Amino acid sequence: MTIAEKILAKKSGKKKVEPGEIIEAEVDYIMVNDVTGLPAFEVFENFNVAPLRDKIVLIPDHYVPNKDVPSAEQAKAMRIFAKKYNLPYYYEVGSSGVCHQHMIEKGFAAPGRLIVGADSHTCSYGALGAFSTGIGSTEAACAMALGNLWFRVPESQKFIIEGKTRKYVMGKDVILHIIGDIGVDGALYKSMEFYGSTVESFPLADRISIANMTVEAGAKAGIIPPDNTVYEYLKGRVIGEYEPVFADSTAEYIETFSYDAIEIPCTVAKPYLPSNIAPASELGDITIDQAYLGSCTNGRIEDLRIAAKILKGKKIHPNVRMIVVPASKEVYEQALEEGIIKVFLDANAYVSGPTCGACLGGYMGVLARGERCISSTNRNFIGRMGHKESEVYLANPAVVAASAITGRITDPGEVEHG
Amino acid sequence: MDKIRGRVWKFGSNVDTDQIIPAEYLVTGDPKKLAGHAFEKVRPDFAKKVKKGDIIVGEENFGCGSSREHAPRALIGCGISCVIANSFARIFFRNSINIGLPLIECAVEATEGDILEIDFENGRILNTNSGREYRFKPLPDFLLDLLKAGGIVEYTKRKLASN
Repeated sequence: MTIAEKILAKKSGKKKVEPGEIIEAEVDYIMVNDVTGLPAFEVFENFNVAPLRDKIVLIPDHYVPNKDVPSAEQAKAMRIFAKKYNLPYYYEVGSSGVCHQHMIEKGFAAPGRLIVGADSHTCSYGALGAFSTGIGSTEAACAMALGNLWFRVPESQKFIIEGKTRKYVMGKDVILHIIGDIGVDGALYKSMEFYGSTVESFPLADRISIANMTVEAGAKAGIIPPDNTVYEYLKGRVIGEYEPVFADSTAEYIETFSYDAIEIPCTVAKPYLPSNIAPASELGDITIDQAYLGSCTNGRIEDLRIAAKILKGKKIHPNVRMIVVPASKEVYEQALEEGIIKVFLDANAYVSGPTCGACLGGYMGVLARGERCISSTNRNFIGRMGHKESEVYLANPAVVAASAITGRITDPGEVEHG
Repeated sequence: MDKIRGRVWKFGSNVDTDQIIPAEYLVTGDPKKLAGHAFEKVRPDFAKKVKKGDIIVGEENFGCGSSREHAPRALIGCGISCVIANSFARIFFRNSINIGLPLIECAVEATEGDILEIDFENGRILNTNSGREYRFKPLPDFLLDLLKAGGIVEYTKRKLASN
């Protein structure tokens, strides 16, 4: 069995599961955010039972600090639900960050676990060898009452990436390259498993970017076999015990894709699909109005570090505003300690506290008609970040920083000696 | 819901949940309130002109993007009776089945305004304008049971009662 099949078999109490089979499996955690929480809480009140307290994680992140009165009401509903049932895992604004980063930092995500979340990027925890996947609000409420949920066992695809990457090429480029290759439905309903020396050499941050964006290829899960990088990270963080799960040598994959890392350049996804890729170096004529660094895809300390390295001693282009959003309080603190926040401020970037905000066009950096943004986020759909005639170009943090300096889409290699 | 008849709204591939309901309106879960903003950025006339019983026909990967259940809720709020597409993004698929919006995975040729008749029992779709008939595979038994129970909320209530 593949990693996905093994975790689903274990959690459904079966010796073996087959792709296509529908099972009911015990989940380890159910996460909801402030946007998806409210509908779940309303549904939950149908059941007249106590929630499974230790499985529920509530993280307000999309529209907190609140952008308006309705979003304040929504966040309040989460606070009330947490208090009403005395839930241990509610995280107030200021103590946490973007939900997926927080789930990882606080040790909810761990190898072999089955985690569901009412947010599509819940697949991020596959970077630590978990089977994690996005669900809806209604079924999140059901899982809060029952502790289990239905799953169709996905077929698995194997992706092998070998060799050393080019300078400034990150996990983001690898996953954009793969999505460009297989398309936005290339992994529809499937589990993507990642292998090879490139993935093994990546720090956890890059692995999270890869797993995070598997949903942009339609995947149900994106899983990387856990190793020492993961075990070391989890020391002192993880809640409870965990058991790593690996694929059998006889595991069956419906497709296998192989990539040579050296052939992957710094990659940009042009509007309006994450599969619409081109090398950053070929888009140098495209001017930008905004550069956005943050999100569950690329708002970690490693992402801020590389951007600060490029920006150090330089100024943001006068036609551009740069917005930096650390993905969590922990990332923010670390960036402060390392002097990274100072580098951004000196360059005239705007630094905010953690929020999903502008990634989904909510607030804190929404685009006007005709404006263009280079962004380290995950989606470039029509109107994703604001006006329907605005444009989002997806890229890694180094490209975002380099472009912020030049005012046009820029491969970081171009500015490193400038 | 054995048989329905409705007018077609035609969409292409990769209709994402940001198109169905833009994120700035995710401050309520109420289908009626969400309905007024359905497809606002890409089809500004949709919410005004859609009528109860209308059918959406898409192509590949309908409902891709975020996990927002607000997307199928908005369509229910608009009175959409069924979405037909060659394929669906998985979270949109789950959400729709769980809250009782019928989906059919089937490649159907239709143009805007065509009238379709759907026979769920026998897995048939008739385009009354072109006269062409299409067959579709019924959902797996577990999901049919879920729909018959009235969605996942009723299913969960039954399970809780039997525990």
